[in-house]
Amino acid sequence: MNWTQQKTPVYLAILVVSVVAPFLLPNYQNQLAMLWVMVIIAMSWDVIGGQMGYNSFGNVVFFGVGMYVTAVTQRDMFFDIATYTEKAGGSESLLSSFDFVMGFGVGAALGAVAAVILAAVLGSAILGMRGHYFGICTLGLGLAAGEIANGIDYIGAGSGLVTPIFPDSLGSRGAFFYFYFFGVAVAAFFVLRWLYSNRFGLAINAIRDDEDKAEAMGIRTTRYKTMAWCVSGFFTALAGAGVGNLIGFIDPIDVAFAGPTFGVWMVLMAILGGKGTLWGPVIGAVIFHIMQEVFWTYLLGWQRVALGALIVVIVVFFPQGIMGWIKAKWPERFGHKVEDAPAEAKEAAR
Amino acid sequence: MSNIELLFEAPIFSVQLLLDGILIGGVFALAAFGMALVWGVMNIINIAQGELVILGGFVTYFVYEAGFSPFLGIPVSAVVVFCVAWLLYRAVIFRVVDKDLFISLLATFGISILLQQLMNEVFGADIVSADSGLENYQLFDNRVSVTQIKVVSFFISLAFGLGLVIFLKKSRLGQAIRATAQNARAARILGIDTDKVYATTFALNGAICGVAGSLIVMTWIIHPYVGLVYTVRSFMIVVVAGLGNLAAVVLSGFGLGIAENVAGFLLGAEFQIAFVFSLLVVILAWRNFRLGRQRKYLK
Repeated sequence: MNWTQQKTPVYLAILVVSVVAPFLLPNYQNQLAMLWVMVIIAMSWDVIGGQMGYNSFGNVVFFGVGMYVTAVTQRDMFFDIATYTEKAGGSESLLSSFDFVMGFGVGAALGAVAAVILAAVLGSAILGMRGHYFGICTLGLGLAAGEIANGIDYIGAGSGLVTPIFPDSLGSRGAFFYFYFFGVAVAAFFVLRWLYSNRFGLAINAIRDDEDKAEAMGIRTTRYKTMAWCVSGFFTALAGAGVGNLIGFIDPIDVAFAGPTFGVWMVLMAILGGKGTLWGPVIGAVIFHIMQEVFWTYLLGWQRVALGALIVVIVVFFPQGIMGWIKAKWPERFGHKVEDAPAEAKEAAR
Repeated sequence: MSNIELLFEAPIFSVQLLLDGILIGGVFALAAFGMALVWGVMNIINIAQGELVILGGFVTYFVYEAGFSPFLGIPVSAVVVFCVAWLLYRAVIFRVVDKDLFISLLATFGISILLQQLMNEVFGADIVSADSGLENYQLFDNRVSVTQIKVVSFFISLAFGLGLVIFLKKSRLGQAIRATAQNARAARILGIDTDKVYATTFALNGAICGVAGSLIVMTWIIHPYVGLVYTVRSFMIVVVAGLGNLAAVVLSGFGLGIAENVAGFLLGAEFQIAFVFSLLVVILAWRNFRLGRQRKYLK
């Protein structure tokens, strides 16, 4: 049986489980919401890191930009900065539910637009580099963004920024953001599926395989690369927009431009699940997040050490990821023709 | 930006900034030399470079805490980090030497996080520094003061760098390292054990980092999270200077030291690290733009 014929029931099952989950497990709504955040950031990293083969360590920039733009928009739409800062978003600055949704919606939209503009501007400057240089340049970018945000008073500098209080009339905060992230994740999944199935996907895969040849064949590589980074930045920023509000407090280095946490997780999850595949980052994110929530607390502060070790182990011993492994194991399920010689089968499965 | 006016009113400040920049730049150049060595020989950009530097700093700090002179820490750090780097090679790096760049970059990135967090857990996140017990030099009627330890560490790093160059030029092992850098396959055919050469190169880089780290803990401060800054500094210096040119590495080290000091003075100390990271992006973008005119790119 072909994998494609089983897809519709799989989608339906995921949809049902996802809609019911926050009501079945009301105490875990925040964790479930974060699950979708992980899915979004892993998928959007994979656009550039997996499908296009450009190893970006700096996608967390878009995450932070989305977060900050949203929070600042929410703040400036309804409040005077001075009083807001004085009360640290205190209880007197409650918003009506309509105002909150309005402010959040406008903020998230502006954040996403800002991220796309940033990606386009930065991309035209640095996407011309390849390999090591691009990786380290984006690493510098992510770290620079955190340090710069740390020094700007308008966005709270090092003492951080408090997001507006979630109005009670909207129900539970966890559920609200759960459905927001779920919506963004589903949108991201189908947009990416559509993008990968048309010319765009072929172009960025060609760039990954051999950029010089792709350019020689007439693909406008810089344009496609910038577009891919914009798509990646767009969804990452939408995720960041919600995370800022879900956590309720934005610290420039630990939450917004959090290289050692979100910035590393998105890379790790995509590789764990199998980079360069549509489902890989989703699977990787789910596995990683569940593993993190279940086991991490027993590690008592050694989580980040384990994270580093995990990266090394996965990259060195399991670089093809879960999807890559499945594809190599059962190539016929993915519509690849299985040859007699096993070596060729593996080659075809790639 | 009022500090610019200050510079014009009291030009003696710029002498201070220049001196500080050049002296600290010597130490940056040492770490960068190690990175260039690994990059040139093994074709790996070691993102864990800065973490090895910080590890060296911590070793010296513990030697100092145990009641010894921090100068004793220099050889101790060199030996300890040499061993750590050798273990890292044997555990991880040898598996990624001939893989594609994506894997080696991510693997060293993982090592960098691992070491950083390990140091954070084991040594604590506090800022540490070792007091060398040396005095200050007062120049220009006490208007410029230079700590002696900066001068001493400047000359130690230059001497260590020169020693390494002589080692690479003259010794049998150094020649094997250079041969492997030129063409690993040919070197293997001629009977050089390239695996051993790679292990030695990476461990040697560790020793360099150890020395740089112990000089930094004596002149400045360290804590577990500043490692990446040193990686970025080394990378920048190597990108500007190119591989295998010690004089250029030293000069760009001076340049970076001066630029950082002046920027820290003009923009305020809170933006100094931001300046380092932004400078990296700007330098790479500028290099790539220049190459783009000749239809080339950074690769």
